[in-house]
Amino acid sequence: MSTLAHVFEAAGLSTIVLASMKEVAEKMMPPRTLYCEFPLGRPLGLPGDVPFQRDVLERALALLDSPGPVLETYPLVIESDEMPLTCAIPPRFDATVPPAVDEARGLRAAYDRTVAARGVTGVGRAIDADTIVDALAVLHEWAEGDGAWTDTPLPGTNTTAVCHDIRAYYTEAALELADGPRPGGRAVDAWFYENTEAGKTMLAARAKLKEQGAATPIWFYMAPAHR
Amino acid sequence: MRAFGATQAVPTFENPAYTPLKKPLAEARVAIVTSAALHRPDQDRFSAGDTGFRELNRTDRSIVLGHWSPNFDHSGFQIDLNVVYPIDRLEELAADGVIGDVAPRHFAFAGNQPDTVSELRLDTGPACARALLADGVDVVILTPV
Repeated sequence: MSTLAHVFEAAGLSTIVLASMKEVAEKMMPPRTLYCEFPLGRPLGLPGDVPFQRDVLERALALLDSPGPVLETYPLVIESDEMPLTCAIPPRFDATVPPAVDEARGLRAAYDRTVAARGVTGVGRAIDADTIVDALAVLHEWAEGDGAWTDTPLPGTNTTAVCHDIRAYYTEAALELADGPRPGGRAVDAWFYENTEAGKTMLAARAKLKEQGAATPIWFYMAPAHR
Repeated sequence: MRAFGATQAVPTFENPAYTPLKKPLAEARVAIVTSAALHRPDQDRFSAGDTGFRELNRTDRSIVLGHWSPNFDHSGFQIDLNVVYPIDRLEELAADGVIGDVAPRHFAFAGNQPDTVSELRLDTGPACARALLADGVDVVILTPV
């Protein structure tokens, strides 16, 4: 972002960066920066909060009055909520399939309702919604099976993209199922990795790939670095 | 991630340019450029390490977040795209006369760029700047994820 700010200013545009990393902004010195300590992935702070988002934008636009380069900090910090979202998970239905497969099938109706309401889905980088359960079955095999992970091909092939698709499927389903206030900065991720069978299966498969000597780019980006 | 980001080597810029806004904000045309790798479903997806950009029309709202980093929670964008791409807020600021106008096109890059960001500095960044200038844009708000 800061690089683009410099390129755009040189071309004759006035820019304002909403920065999420203060040290990076201080080193790169974009001409006008509003540093916002909000959860990563939420540069305007609060989803669905119109007055709050507008205040962030108005403070950013006010930096245009500065006669020279300026870095200001937004006065309010929003902590990243790590408490898992409260969201019911479907009960075990078919004991003959891996738990994550059963669970993903159970979430399909909620996922479909979200897609109908939003008109768009984040699923589809490597696989579509119909293939989520097949991918989870393979991740289960990688995590729990006796063979090498290379024995069982993953639908969609690219582990990073497939894991993004599974997370998107679960997140979109969860937003339909969860009650209460809008989830905080990391609540949905915490729910996914700590409470769902799919999240646990993904982490277990990732550990197994690492253990079996898979190249780092294949396993590392399957989940956030801190997990 | 913030602690990790603070340790990363970043490109530096000697004698950076500074372009003052030469007209009142209430007469300025404003665009959003984001590094969230946003795209419409009908556009090419961002590849990992993609140095290009995608155009979003002012009226587009069915938008996908294609960023490759697994390190941030995507739920905010899924609840309300304005938390990443505040296009509805810009429309309101224009309707209220705070800004002059909303640009017809907005642009998305992928935040995870090669470390030297050479393509961004020399190729795709200037190309995006030309598109913004062609649309008569005065001010660009840059949003990361």
